[in-house]
Amino acid sequence: MRPTQSGTLGVLSRWITRLRDSPVPFLLPALAINVAIILIPGLLTIAMAFFEWDGASTPGFVGLDNFRTIFADPVFFSALFNNIKWTVIFLTIPIAMGLGAGSLLLVAKRGRTFFQVVYFLPVIIATVVVARVWQGMIYNPESGIVGWLKFYGINLADPLTHPPTALYAVASVDLWHWWGFLAVIFFAAFRQVDAAQIEAAVIDGASFFQLLRYVLIPAIRPTITLMMIMTIIWSFLAFDFVYVLTQGGPAYASEVLSTLSYRYAFYNYTMGPAAAVALVISFFGLIATFFYVRIQQREGNQ
Amino acid sequence: MNQTLGRGTLLAAYFMLAVAAVIALFPLSLMVISALKKSTEIVANPLALPSTLQWINFARAWTDAQLGRSLLNSVETTGFAVVLICSTCSMAAYALARRTGPGLRWISAYLLGTTTLPIQLYLFPLYFGFAHLGLIDNVFALSLVYTAVFSPFAIFLLRTYYLAIPKELEEAAIIDGANRWQVFTKVLLPLVSPGILTVAIISGLNIWNEFLISSTFLQSHDQQTAVVRFYTLGGQYTSDWGEIMAAAILIVAPAVGFFLLMQRRFIQGMAAGSVKG
Repeated sequence: MRPTQSGTLGVLSRWITRLRDSPVPFLLPALAINVAIILIPGLLTIAMAFFEWDGASTPGFVGLDNFRTIFADPVFFSALFNNIKWTVIFLTIPIAMGLGAGSLLLVAKRGRTFFQVVYFLPVIIATVVVARVWQGMIYNPESGIVGWLKFYGINLADPLTHPPTALYAVASVDLWHWWGFLAVIFFAAFRQVDAAQIEAAVIDGASFFQLLRYVLIPAIRPTITLMMIMTIIWSFLAFDFVYVLTQGGPAYASEVLSTLSYRYAFYNYTMGPAAAVALVISFFGLIATFFYVRIQQREGNQ
Repeated sequence: MNQTLGRGTLLAAYFMLAVAAVIALFPLSLMVISALKKSTEIVANPLALPSTLQWINFARAWTDAQLGRSLLNSVETTGFAVVLICSTCSMAAYALARRTGPGLRWISAYLLGTTTLPIQLYLFPLYFGFAHLGLIDNVFALSLVYTAVFSPFAIFLLRTYYLAIPKELEEAAIIDGANRWQVFTKVLLPLVSPGILTVAIISGLNIWNEFLISSTFLQSHDQQTAVVRFYTLGGQYTSDWGEIMAAAILIVAPAVGFFLLMQRRFIQGMAAGSVKG
């Protein structure tokens, strides 16, 4: 029989046992890094949104002035509107392409792996490289396809330097880079659909489109919803392609909130408005997260 | 179901899939053929095949972009970050898989929330903080940032692997006298190693390709990663698209080779973690 431990030694030994069995030491390294890199700087950004700071001098409290500054800046609203356009584009075209290709892969049993690999290839290529390939080899009026079309009498302006088309030209590149991901995700989801259900529909004489419309899409609705919510979140985070291809130009025509925030911080050295824009972006992300969690919970309850 | 859907449907399906494949491959083929052409040939006809193969483009890209040095920086950054992510997140995921409680639920919610935040929400104070501490141009400090950014994805993915392991296995080991740390390293880690490999591959690829964070924190010429050097190459050093495309191939090749080698795990992992590159 073990003697009962008492006094400070006993307390200490109980603490050691508790600590050894507690999840805290396991969580600590990952959480410490996360808190140092994301939480603390994030809280500082929230505070910064209410201060005036150029990155070097002593910050001064200005209340809501930074928000007044950004709301008075017409570029802020055009950037916000561009994010909304971006969201609409990405909620429709790549999701439709992904659903189309994903369902066709279900029909085409032979060569399925090959097509999946090909569709996924653009996804794994660095955004900067993708951007330069499109910039130089497709949009460029001298070295690209746009320039080559001139030989055939089709005169196009460089879509990236033409204000009405700049945002769409940038979005097209991201679209090309991105849609294969959705095709692969949706195909994986379609494969989980009950085979008997599909067969029954086919025996009843359903065409491919009827099968898609009445059986396949309803069966993977949770996946589609999740991808749509993620699309909304990612659309408000869009940065790389805009930054590399147009820097938000020409004349802010393709500016989005994330590039505007970056411009305020590292071009104008006005940290306050940069932080205020970052808060606006985060606000949209948090709304989407709220719906994401709600849907996850509902699925969990089913 | 193919028989009943009919030959016509099947033919149409393959036709559409082939069209989509051409769309996916067309810009990549332009990249490859242009990398082997003189810039005058590219301007004359971007679609034509090279008359003579200009391997010199690769040599010039290598020296102008100092790709040797910058690829090494990319390898270091990616390596440090992947090791940190795999070690810290395999531990954290274990804690989140085995314990429940309001505290841990809040931690999960916090981690999930950080994945939806813009990098700009923490980038600016982090930049000035790092500058103050002399951590700009420090590859190890940059890999800490990546660890924080990719840890929620890694933790949630690994958590599903831990949940699949029956509890009895751990209990048996504890009865045999193992403590929790021994159970973790000797019993659980070998079982979740496929998940750790998936995490390493997905986060490694994304870090190799990453631009915004690395271009902010690595500024001196000698410290830049390959992707950031490639960005400045097109902007400052050359307007020869043949050379730029050659540099593009040199940077993309390791990622593509790796992907083709492990495509199944890649696709599964990306699907499970839903990471946007």
